[in-house]
Amino acid sequence: MAKTHVTTSINGEPQEFLCEPGDTLLDVLRNDLNMTGTKEGCGSGDCGACSVTLNGRLVCSCLVLGVEVEGAEVGTIEGVSSGDGLHVIQEKFLEHAALQCGICTPGIIVSTKALLEENPNPTEEEARYYLAGNLCRCTGYDKIIRAVMDSAETLRGGA
Amino acid sequence: MSEAQEFKYIGQRTVRPDGFDKVTGRAAYGADLTLPGMIWGKTLRSPHAHAKIRSIDISKAEAHPDVMAVATFKDFVTLQSESIAAGEGSADVLDLAKNCLADDKVLYHGHAIAAIAARTEQAAKDALSLIEVKYELLKPVMDVEDAMKEDAVVLHDDMFTAGYEEKPARASNIATRVEMKMGDVDAGFADADVIVEREFRTPTAHQGYIEPHACTVTYDEDGQSMIWCCTQGHFDVRTSTAKVLGMELSKLKVVASEIGGGFGGKTVIYQEPVALILSKKSGRPVKMVMDRDEVFIATGPTSAAKLKAKVGIKKDGTITAMQGWMAYEAGAFKGSPMMPGVMTMFTPYDCPNVLVEGFDVVVNKSKVAAYRAPGAPQAEYAAEMVINELAEKLGMDPIDLRLKNAAKEGTQTIYGPKLKKVGLVECLEAAKNSPHYQSALPEGQGRGLAAGFWFNVGGQSSVTVNMNTDGTGTIVEGSPDIGGSRASMQMMAAEVLQIEPKHLKPIIADTENLPYSQGTGGSRTTFATGMAVIEASEKVVAQVKERAAAVWNVTAEQVDYADGVVRNTAGEDSMTLAEVCKGAEKTGGQISGSANINARGAGPSFAVHICDVAVDQETGKVDVTRYTAIQDAGKAIHPGYVEGQLQGGAVQGIGWALNEEYIFNEDGVMENPGFLDYRIPLASDLPMIETIIVEVPNAFHPYGVRGVGESGIIPPLGAVGYAVGNAIDRKVEELPCSPPRVLALIQNG
Ligand code: FES
Ligand code: FES
Repeated sequence: MAKTHVTTSINGEPQEFLCEPGDTLLDVLRNDLNMTGTKEGCGSGDCGACSVTLNGRLVCSCLVLGVEVEGAEVGTIEGVSSGDGLHVIQEKFLEHAALQCGICTPGIIVSTKALLEENPNPTEEEARYYLAGNLCRCTGYDKIIRAVMDSAETLRGGA
Repeated sequence: MSEAQEFKYIGQRTVRPDGFDKVTGRAAYGADLTLPGMIWGKTLRSPHAHAKIRSIDISKAEAHPDVMAVATFKDFVTLQSESIAAGEGSADVLDLAKNCLADDKVLYHGHAIAAIAARTEQAAKDALSLIEVKYELLKPVMDVEDAMKEDAVVLHDDMFTAGYEEKPARASNIATRVEMKMGDVDAGFADADVIVEREFRTPTAHQGYIEPHACTVTYDEDGQSMIWCCTQGHFDVRTSTAKVLGMELSKLKVVASEIGGGFGGKTVIYQEPVALILSKKSGRPVKMVMDRDEVFIATGPTSAAKLKAKVGIKKDGTITAMQGWMAYEAGAFKGSPMMPGVMTMFTPYDCPNVLVEGFDVVVNKSKVAAYRAPGAPQAEYAAEMVINELAEKLGMDPIDLRLKNAAKEGTQTIYGPKLKKVGLVECLEAAKNSPHYQSALPEGQGRGLAAGFWFNVGGQSSVTVNMNTDGTGTIVEGSPDIGGSRASMQMMAAEVLQIEPKHLKPIIADTENLPYSQGTGGSRTTFATGMAVIEASEKVVAQVKERAAAVWNVTAEQVDYADGVVRNTAGEDSMTLAEVCKGAEKTGGQISGSANINARGAGPSFAVHICDVAVDQETGKVDVTRYTAIQDAGKAIHPGYVEGQLQGGAVQGIGWALNEEYIFNEDGVMENPGFLDYRIPLASDLPMIETIIVEVPNAFHPYGVRGVGESGIIPPLGAVGYAVGNAIDRKVEELPCSPPRVLALIQNG
């Protein structure tokens, strides 16, 4: 089958790729663009390891087709830190030991960033529900939630 | 080690050395390696739970232009039955091979039959339908009790129960029977004032790591090959794969990628040898990544179990006799963790009269793999539920009852040795004084408490510490880092070398760069690999002293090493570690230390958990409202990651107790092979998990370390199970306490 040519922007940089009609955005990122920071845990929208933003909205990239991102703005884990170092959220995850194996971490950091952009001052319960689509099997979530709450406070200018 | 050691770095909450790569997405996991010319492999799996394979016709698949190679069982070398180290125990090579690709029978829904390599993953998947398999269906055996019946359909007609004096006349699904005893339980029960006896069931549950099994492999024309894969033990992947493919170990290099969770489940081979066959046939690198449903149907769940526990007690709370019975499902091939179940069941208690009987039983489910403290959660669940019921019957506080009977230094275990110094009493006291236990239970809720025991293991670890010419160093270890162990290794080396941890870089070497190292499992890494790191670092210090002594023309004994500086005690001279390393060229060559050890003296870790729940009387849904995990770490090298182990274990146990279970239809087909229907705990399901680290040092480790990874998954089953029963005033026997089951209990009493 003929491949489709797609023009998009990933983490603010223009990007073009060819993809099969059935390829997901996750397939394209990982297999065609070699951006393997976005992980696959299920391929069915249940684990959140593949979380990215699409025009600023948090989505599971395994549920988005590659062809759908024509003209869109895609944000991935690779775009969270800038040239000058880690994002506050990344630093807080390290400080709080909020990762063990780390496979869920890129997705959870992308989701946390989306949460804090939408709601800079979430309650613990709001944070827990916002992140309910991101499974972590290692940590029991305690330290993740602490890192999220501390990031929120720091980003609000508390520190 | 002395009781009160002063530490410079141990006990700090450092930032893990591999952290940057993991928060930026740069860390490379099992599925993240792509090689030039690489193609994709996909597996054909059995739709049936139990069937004879009449024929497999791969001719159409082979003829298809997209298909570059096809593999079946025939591609393995001719194998003889032989037991080898695999996972957290041993396995028969023949069973391993037959689990990777079925021989003449499929033994579970999802059993691999053949694999295809093609240019893309989708092309490989599409081509699977070209393989024609003819089956003769057999009745599936899905339940441990059915499997044990005299007239049960037998999975393996060459399997005769081991453990009886005479070989049984007929083949059976019972692979092994074990009995362990001490004292006289009959006399013990005769002495008791109160006896409680109950039966319990636990479900088939999965480790649930978020990263599916994945590998990328190459097989070169000259027979050199490489496997890159996510595993807890790459040296064991090498042994098993080389065995089933008839290769020399020197021809096979295994590289451990970063690993996205394992919990015991990533200790055995599945796709690795199959991918190598595909690579050999196609002449291309091959990548294989399991889909999530494949992970559920074809990789390591833990054993579903049927258990009985009977405990007798005097009015004053003294336990007089304990008796257990358990039958564990092994899945399609023998080898459930029944044995550790038998050994751990009553070990938290100091009782002279104990009898436990266990059965390892095959059923038509995927072969179980180790899961955190393998075998212990099921057995200790049964024991803890009965202990709690006895406390209630006697009107005694459940912690006081446990304190009265707690195992301690000198307690005789059922499996042989007497316990060395252990921290159960300290954990129970910490539980009693915890803010959680001191607080009143909110109206309408239930509370449960349980203890847990796990041996912990030592074993073989190989480490080299290489010093650089600027005084920094590399710690070369062979234990895949699954939860932050690089940070502990760095801190232990820093403690010996007396330099800041950040100057030491831990790396996980592949199988060609170090001698054999056992996998990460059994809570052994911080203990055993840590011991090797300490020994290797001490060798570095010894060399540094010798070099300085030679320069100053004194003996090494006249030289002191502290705070990263060598000093001549016979004069005024001193040199920093960096200066000695810089001058190594002129004093005898570069400096490094190696330690290849087989660590003994792992210290058991006891845990005590407290759980409060609220139960919705209309739906049967259970919410954990408060949870505290208390555990003896011996010495917490990095308290943040120790707490993380306690919390992670607790939450896996909560999931097991409340929701997680395999659901099979009557044909033995798993109906919930995805995270939507096999429901592991979400962030929104849980409260914060309070932790208390108890430190009763293990005398056999230089810094007092006990492994902490496993004990934490044991108490939740009893703590949650009892809390639910307490909230609804019913006796919980079967896990999980999922809404339909809890509702039925509420309604039917
Ligand atoms: S991989 Fe997309 S949600 Fe799991
Ligand atoms: S840290 Fe392993 S899944 Fe979250």
